[in-house]
Amino acid sequence: MSSSIVPTKRKRMLDAFAACDPVLLSERYHALGDLPAAAPVRGPEIGMIMLRGRAGGGGAPFNLGEASVTRASVKLASGEVGHSLILGRNARKAQIVAHLDALAQRSEWAPRIEQDVVQPALAQRDAERKRQAEETEATRVDFFTMVRGED
Amino acid sequence: MYVAVKGGEAAINNAHRLMADRRRGDRNVPGLTIEQIAGQLALAVDRVMAEGSLYDPDLAAMAVRQARGDLIEAIFLLRAYRTTLPRFNNSTPIDTATMRIERRVSATYKDIPGGQLLGPTFDYTHRLIDPAMTEDGPVEPGHRRPVESDACAPRVTDILNGEGLIEPDVFSNAEPSDLTREPTEYPVDRDLRLQALARGDEGFLLALGYSTQRGYGRTHPFVGEIRIGMVDVEIDMPELGFAVTVGSVRVTECQMVSQFKGSAGVKPRFTRGYGLVFGHSERKAMAMSLVDRALRADEFDEQRLAPAQDEEFVLEHCDNVQSTGFVEHLKLPHYVDFQAELDLLRQLHEDTTTATIDDDQAPLSEAAQ
Repeated sequence: MSSSIVPTKRKRMLDAFAACDPVLLSERYHALGDLPAAAPVRGPEIGMIMLRGRAGGGGAPFNLGEASVTRASVKLASGEVGHSLILGRNARKAQIVAHLDALAQRSEWAPRIEQDVVQPALAQRDAERKRQAEETEATRVDFFTMVRGED
Repeated sequence: MYVAVKGGEAAINNAHRLMADRRRGDRNVPGLTIEQIAGQLALAVDRVMAEGSLYDPDLAAMAVRQARGDLIEAIFLLRAYRTTLPRFNNSTPIDTATMRIERRVSATYKDIPGGQLLGPTFDYTHRLIDPAMTEDGPVEPGHRRPVESDACAPRVTDILNGEGLIEPDVFSNAEPSDLTREPTEYPVDRDLRLQALARGDEGFLLALGYSTQRGYGRTHPFVGEIRIGMVDVEIDMPELGFAVTVGSVRVTECQMVSQFKGSAGVKPRFTRGYGLVFGHSERKAMAMSLVDRALRADEFDEQRLAPAQDEEFVLEHCDNVQSTGFVEHLKLPHYVDFQAELDLLRQLHEDTTTATIDDDQAPLSEAAQ
């Protein structure tokens, strides 16, 4: 399977799509122009995953609670199958992600998807994370010592 | 003889219609949007997600709106919704050490690696109602300060563990039990207790946590660390043969450092209670960690004397949907039950009256007994 040779790249792409704002993703997806059609194989369907934590943070797993997810699988006429699983209930986003995942397996589409969708998605994600981190950083406590008494 | 009684259909329909009207309130005032609730009543939404045990801010906001702000009713709605969905998979356990931190404080160390990050907090406010809340005036965005690239924030418990002064986490990949799938049989393990506490009622756990501080199952706690922020959720995808990140969720984690214990062969070291809750829910995470520690009494050979140490009592009463169901069912018609009690009481009164009359008529018989 060609996909298992480059799981890091595929994972990076799917991770970026999952984190991407649905509006931006849809915009970049449509900006790609006419795409080879994809037939639905499964879904999109809404379900849940059980989120797990670890006792103490690093101990034995426990069930923390569920989260809603949407998943979809589509197939191109040329045979490539794309999958998606994303948090939340957004059928359209799940379809788009699955379609992009299938397309990215074709060499003529992979670079365009990387450049026009993955890169902007990562840029947006990183900018948002930077803003969040810098706002938090501004609330850091800088302790100082008061000199008391004489010398 | 059992006589079925029908009626009230029109009354119920009209009551629901009236409820919808009252929920909407004055039509000259714009209705609340889901974005407004999720964005401006975020902590209410977080509580509904945590106790509804379903992470979905939009759904929780809809539930808050539908419930007119009654959070337990909203939690009930979310729990009901989750029963309609299939469960696709389990996540790999989230790693709070890699959290993108929004708030992180420790009460045990001033200078912790990674520092004290106050984040958006009510702490140190004066708790005076702000007259500006009557209007929708402009609000300044938060200040920003560049982050040092090597900034990392290890868990405080890991720092203590490095010195051997605290009980370590015992890592495992055991399959945790799930109270939503199997009936609970006591005694239970810590994994199941943590699941129950994570979805338990904040008020109930707060009171129990407070009771441990007041001496009912004393554990002498310190907040080792509280951290709030976003963690990535990873799922193994069998279709792909590897795990992908499906998104991220906000959680609150509390590491409570408690009274040290030692035993033959083991040097004394601090014990721990753990709290992990969906959303920004500091009070709940702290209460959970206190109760988690109290419920570990057996592990440390502590006598179980206080309510917070009684696992069956805590677990069977911490779920507010369960509690409200049984308490609130009392207002539903109990006409037949009550009739039976009434009849019994009348019979008793009648018997007593007859007996008294008999006594009056035969004073000597009692004396003879």
